[in-house]
Amino acid sequence: MKYIKFFLIGILFGIVMSKAEIISWYRIYEMFKFQSFHMYGIIGSAVLLGMISMFLFKKKMIKTFEGKEIHVAPKKKGIYRNLLGGILFGLGWALAGACPGPMFVLIGKGVVSILVVIFGATLGAFLYGLSKDKIPH
Amino acid sequence: MEFITQPWAWYVAGPVIAIIMFFLFYFGERFGVSSNLETFCSIGGAGKFVDYFKIDWKQNTWNLVFVAGSITGGFIAAYWLSPSDAVALNPQTIQDLADIGIAHAGSSYLPDEIFSIDTMLSLKGFFILLIAGIMVGFGARWAGGCTSGHAIVGLSNLEIPSLISVIGFFIGGLIMTWYILPLIF
Repeated sequence: MKYIKFFLIGILFGIVMSKAEIISWYRIYEMFKFQSFHMYGIIGSAVLLGMISMFLFKKKMIKTFEGKEIHVAPKKKGIYRNLLGGILFGLGWALAGACPGPMFVLIGKGVVSILVVIFGATLGAFLYGLSKDKIPH
Repeated sequence: MEFITQPWAWYVAGPVIAIIMFFLFYFGERFGVSSNLETFCSIGGAGKFVDYFKIDWKQNTWNLVFVAGSITGGFIAAYWLSPSDAVALNPQTIQDLADIGIAHAGSSYLPDEIFSIDTMLSLKGFFILLIAGIMVGFGARWAGGCTSGHAIVGLSNLEIPSLISVIGFFIGGLIMTWYILPLIF
């Protein structure tokens, strides 16, 4: 039962990704061509409101539903990791027109071929685990 | 109902995503979709080959449930909330795509030239989908996050690693869109 809330939040995520056309390959292309404000508006407004959430968490004005303090664990540092990993991710994002969230939403839309992309992404994560000690971070 | 069935504007979608992030923290977790790819590897037995995947994946069950919800949400939106599948693109985008060999841009969510069943079953089409996926999966785990974990959560939290990653996302995305996509189709 404790997982139902995550299922419901996931449903809302799937609906917003779909209805705002974030799962559309074309919207990602349009964004990288700087031909529409749509995606920039979405990410920008989400981040601005997200900053307010983070402020409230840090000031301990909002705690979890169980009353625990919310600590946002910092991301791993490393210029190679972030920049090279980011560039590789960006190449894939613009080719597939989908990042990991939208990939799953597209299954719900009935797009069979996205399963190949998801298989590739899982394989990519495995290959990262396999080679992580040999690549710069 | 019309305000739901029409395409949602950015000023609706952005705040909804911020609310999703808020509630995941409120329920004691954090927003980040690409870590599920590692969970898949762990469930699939990748720990036998690589210690990196020897984790107790059950602690990530909440995120798998979130993914299941996302699939369900995608189904609900596609079958009950979307009378039209057209995307109102910038006319210049449609022209640019026609020039590189992608026709009828915006008549549906996805181009047939990449996602149709026929394309998937061709050797070239299959490898485009597979390689795109590998780059997303490898890149996201190398960078330590994807659009949700870095661009939304990390930037909200004013983290330098996330800013560098997002700059990387854009360098890669711009190279693909401007210099590689025109060569593919």
